[in-house]
Amino acid sequence: MADSVAVKPRDAVTEPARGGHRSTKRSRREARAAYLFLAPWFAGLLVITIGPIVASLYLSFTDYSLLEEAQWIGWDNYVRMFTEDPRFLNSLWVTTVYVVVSVPMQLAFALALALVLDRGLRGLSFYRSIFYLPSLLGGSVAIAILWRKVFGADGLVNAVLAVFGIQGTGWVAHPDYALGTLILLHVWTFGAPMIIFLAGLRQIPSSYYEAAAVDGAGPLRQFRSITLPLLTPIIFFNLVLELIKSFQSFTQSFIVSNGSGGPADSTLFYTLYLYLQGFRDYDMGYAAAMAWVLMLIIAGLTGVNFLASKYWVFYGDTK
Amino acid sequence: MATPSRPIPFLFRPFRGGRIVRHALLIGFGLVMLYPLLWMISSSFKPEDLIFRQPGLWPSEVTLENYTDGWTALKHPFGYYLWNSAVVTGLSVIANLVACSLAAYAFARLEFPLKKLWFTLMLGGIMLPYHVTIVPQYIMFSKLDLINTIWPLVMPKVLATDAFFIFLMVQFIRTLPRELDEAAEIDGAGYWRIFIRVVMPLCLPALATTAIFTFIWTWNDFLSQLLYLNNPDNFTVPVALRTFLDASSDSSWGPMFAMSIIALGPIFGFFLAGQKYLIRGISTTGLK
Repeated sequence: MADSVAVKPRDAVTEPARGGHRSTKRSRREARAAYLFLAPWFAGLLVITIGPIVASLYLSFTDYSLLEEAQWIGWDNYVRMFTEDPRFLNSLWVTTVYVVVSVPMQLAFALALALVLDRGLRGLSFYRSIFYLPSLLGGSVAIAILWRKVFGADGLVNAVLAVFGIQGTGWVAHPDYALGTLILLHVWTFGAPMIIFLAGLRQIPSSYYEAAAVDGAGPLRQFRSITLPLLTPIIFFNLVLELIKSFQSFTQSFIVSNGSGGPADSTLFYTLYLYLQGFRDYDMGYAAAMAWVLMLIIAGLTGVNFLASKYWVFYGDTK
Repeated sequence: MATPSRPIPFLFRPFRGGRIVRHALLIGFGLVMLYPLLWMISSSFKPEDLIFRQPGLWPSEVTLENYTDGWTALKHPFGYYLWNSAVVTGLSVIANLVACSLAAYAFARLEFPLKKLWFTLMLGGIMLPYHVTIVPQYIMFSKLDLINTIWPLVMPKVLATDAFFIFLMVQFIRTLPRELDEAAEIDGAGYWRIFIRVVMPLCLPALATTAIFTFIWTWNDFLSQLLYLNNPDNFTVPVALRTFLDASSDSSWGPMFAMSIIALGPIFGFFLAGQKYLIRGISTTGLK
């Protein structure tokens, strides 16, 4: 990722030289101070993060309902997931469609708007704020409620369509369209990646464009040969971020379907199904197994992205 | 920001009137985007039967009934849930500010064994899906009898699990000149004093970004509040709003919209007040 690359250099390079001159007494004092500063974080790492991850792994091999003792059942949960539970496979499919359609669309909007807003446009900060606002609101229950009504049978969309004499349907209640409304909701929040794109565009030296213009490169050519390649690290960063985030979407599907994933399981997101299994049916072993599969999926997605990035992400002069 | 010497970008360059076209398109697009929001605001002031007959923004009849009805529609007046949300959110902000800045200072300025390993683990925490730990966390908090308290919501923040903010502050602290720390050290200040007196005051922008994002994310957060708050006496705004859906026949959309507007109000306020920090926060964590 763009940032983790940038994180290490400074200290890594300067530290050994400094460390060499320091007395061990001093460095021991420094280490003790560091661990004190980090004490809350260490406690969190243990109790809130690593402990539960390990516990989750154990639980995923058990049948556990919170009331009774956990029963070890081996791989049963995993086997059940992929062979006996069509709802699980469906939720995986629904989520995949959601991610695969909405993330590229969202990033395309973000990039397009960033290009239009970049450079020399008066009112930049005004537009930027307007386009960014939905990103802040998009995850809230209030907006999901609004969405439910905008795309409802007697909602805003149909009222607007009626003006043109078109008879709309109840979009959120229709198995073919309900997921589409959630995808639109995700695309609607393109403001955050747009701001990252804007910041990236600003780092491209204008001299590149001037030189290209002198050589007679037209606007499209400039975009293809300068803007796009130099922006690939940012595109990559946004892609990883949004993939991870959208795979975990929960609130929207919960509210729009009122906790059911309906109609006909067409909005049953992975995390919603996990929630229903774990906290409505109290099948916590199964939910834990789902959580582990989710983690593997996300780790896999990120890994594949990093590998693939070698072929299309351009990191300037760095090797 | 905008350097005039730069050539106009590729879009619209061929046209002379490009700038006006561009503004017109942007404003049009912005309007379409924000229309649902504006419609919700306007609908919240319309009498119930007009909401879905008028897609327009200007109410032909203005009423506050939706607000008065919505405020008292649930078990408690809506202000009660606002207060609950404010408590959870406020404590989360304080917890994140303290815990994340402590950790960030250590990562950015101090040397200690296994630093690389811990730092990598911290970065990994940013990527970790919340759902992976959710089941054991729930079990743990329920064994500790803490369901229906604010502890499951605030405790993770006290323990600096929002690694994103640690990272944000590490990045920020690294841009501060080390000479300041060294000067303070020569004057006999210990690490704690340097942290409090030198580093933190310079970190105000990063702290502001952290506070604003924590506020917005916690205020919006639904899953963990849904999970841990089951008793209407403890409901926060998102969970309370959700019960509107359960209770509602189609006739209560007006009050529901009105309360949704109230729920979004604080976010909107923080957005207006803290735009600078929000935008800087996103662009720097993405890039620097």
